Amino acid sequence: MIMKITLSHTITAETVEWIRAGRISRRRRWLLVTGILAFLAFALCAAMLLLGNTIYPVRDVLAVLAGEEIKGASFAIGTIRLPRMLAGLFAGFAFGISGYIFQTMMRNPLANPNVIGITSGSSAAAVFCIIILESSRTVTSIASVIAGLVTSLLIYVLSRGKASFSIGRMILVGIGIQAMCNSMITYLMLVGEEHNLPAAVRWLTGSLNGVRMDELPSLIVTCLILVPLICMFNRPLMMLELGEQTATSLGVKTDPVRVLLIISAVILAAIATAITGPIASVAFLAGPIAVRLVGIGAANSIPAGLVGAVLVLAGDLIGQFAFTAKFPVGIITGIIGAPYLLFLLVKLNRRGDF
Amino acid sequence: MERRRFVPKHFTLILTVSIVLFIACVLASLAFGARWLSLSELAEGLKSLHSDTVTANILEKRWLRTIFGLCCGAALGIAGVLMQSVTRNPLADPSILGVNTGAALFVVCGMAFLRISTPQEYIWLALSGAMFTAAFVFGIGSMGRGGATPLKLVLAGAATTAALSSLITAVMIPRTFVMNQFRFWQVGSVGAGTWDSLLLLLPFLAVGALAAIFCAPGLNALALGDEAARGLGVRTGWLRLIAAFAGVVLCGASTAVAGPISFVGLLATHVIRLLLGPDLRFLIPMSALSGAVILTGSDVIGRIIGSPGELEVGVVTAFVGAPILILLAMKAKVRSI
Repeated sequence: MIMKITLSHTITAETVEWIRAGRISRRRRWLLVTGILAFLAFALCAAMLLLGNTIYPVRDVLAVLAGEEIKGASFAIGTIRLPRMLAGLFAGFAFGISGYIFQTMMRNPLANPNVIGITSGSSAAAVFCIIILESSRTVTSIASVIAGLVTSLLIYVLSRGKASFSIGRMILVGIGIQAMCNSMITYLMLVGEEHNLPAAVRWLTGSLNGVRMDELPSLIVTCLILVPLICMFNRPLMMLELGEQTATSLGVKTDPVRVLLIISAVILAAIATAITGPIASVAFLAGPIAVRLVGIGAANSIPAGLVGAVLVLAGDLIGQFAFTAKFPVGIITGIIGAPYLLFLLVKLNRRGDF
Repeated sequence: MERRRFVPKHFTLILTVSIVLFIACVLASLAFGARWLSLSELAEGLKSLHSDTVTANILEKRWLRTIFGLCCGAALGIAGVLMQSVTRNPLADPSILGVNTGAALFVVCGMAFLRISTPQEYIWLALSGAMFTAAFVFGIGSMGRGGATPLKLVLAGAATTAALSSLITAVMIPRTFVMNQFRFWQVGSVGAGTWDSLLLLLPFLAVGALAAIFCAPGLNALALGDEAARGLGVRTGWLRLIAAFAGVVLCGASTAVAGPISFVGLLATHVIRLLLGPDLRFLIPMSALSGAVILTGSDVIGRIIGSPGELEVGVVTAFVGAPILILLAMKAKVRSI
């Protein structure tokens, strides 16, 4: 009996050491990956400002950013490239982090605002406000946030069914809701007599074309408030990933945490959608990529956001410069994201998850 | 002793109601549009169809449109039943499985790279696109344990649709001429039909419908499970192949002439199955009838809502049909999803 205890004691000491080493190495990896991602995002931001029809020298770009007037450069950079860059950065971050929260909390990579159609609800509301009501930017943002919350609530209520909640049912309901929202967007486009492809592409797949500076404050302010809030809940989020019961026994008040995180995630996705449209696949791709890079067992909300920003910025640059024609970012991310979705399905099917 | 009933309950009643709805839809489709015709004008115009009055001219256009809509609707209705019984899956529908989008992608590629521009050429491309996509989606959806469950198939279809529609846009954006052509093809829906494209659709519709009716008893047996069907003397492999082929041909052909129209098959089949029960010998013809009614009715709604222009019929059917998908998802047991 005594021997047993000492044995377990020595193992505990070793285990503690082992756990600590693991924690330190994970921390290091997290910092390294996050640093690299942040640098990448920064480099892409710089590229967004530098590249274009005319390539301005770095000196001019910095001068414009500092507020100087330079003929030509001020307009190209200040009015076109800067809002585009900021929209890409913040919307990408918002999509990435909100997708990651959904996927982690539901413990299913398919459960995210893109796949279950929350962003298409926000998108429909935004189109309605812009085309029919001709309302201001603020009203549009608020309406699309409300629509996002209502859509997610609706999907949740409908997918509870008679028996219990199931992710599979939620995805099916989401696909149905998405079909309805998309057909509503097409209808609104027609009624507004703005049935031109650029607008339709923006609201169906997402694009950074024609973003204006005065649209951005709502997105930036929301990100600055909600991202720190989400980071404060990193620990409970990680525990929720272990399952409802484990999280409860670890002392997480699951319901309030869950509601708070979901609402933040929906608001982030909705407010980004109000400006760029639902940029396809970003929310869906960012989480898995971040987890793959950082490894499990760490809170990946910040890396996921950065991956989202990198995806959107890189996608936009590819769309602008890689081909003779200019493609909106949503097309590029959609083409990248859909094969991954198929691959994921094949993997999940093999494992027999469905 | 009571005789076994072969004809489903209330069959005559349901048939009568369907026929009445059918006639009502046809009349509405003739009457409504940019210029609404009153009943007397309608009667007048129908009497002198080939004269040169304004009413007669309008009616001629609308006749074409109506017949076109009816044929496409019937094709989609039958395609829906066939796909549902072949896959033994209540959520199968050409649009949900991505078959429509596959056909659309092939047509767009044909426009962009082969410079084709006539429905006669679209139809073969659309058919091959539909077949490839159907095989692909079914292949992915039936991997792993438990074969093709409804959820797996729908997800594979949704993912494929997402991928293909991005590709469609990517092919289209740099080529303005394709964009215009494609938009007419896609937006035109039943409104863009010509007598030529109608003639093109008819043989496919006839072959598909005949094959469907021919397969019906076998598919009834298949509904009991593969082993039971084999025990009853059905050659399941062949039957599946023929029925799936007929379904894909029907929806591919209607996509080629009318553009992608979603959810008609799902809606038609489920409404009729709810009323009549699962016997495919009745389900197939009645789904054709109700598909025709749904498509024509949606087209009329689209013309009323979108007036003085029109709203694509695909938009209307998606809005009407998607709630059915949601309802089915709500009703299904977690296991069977």
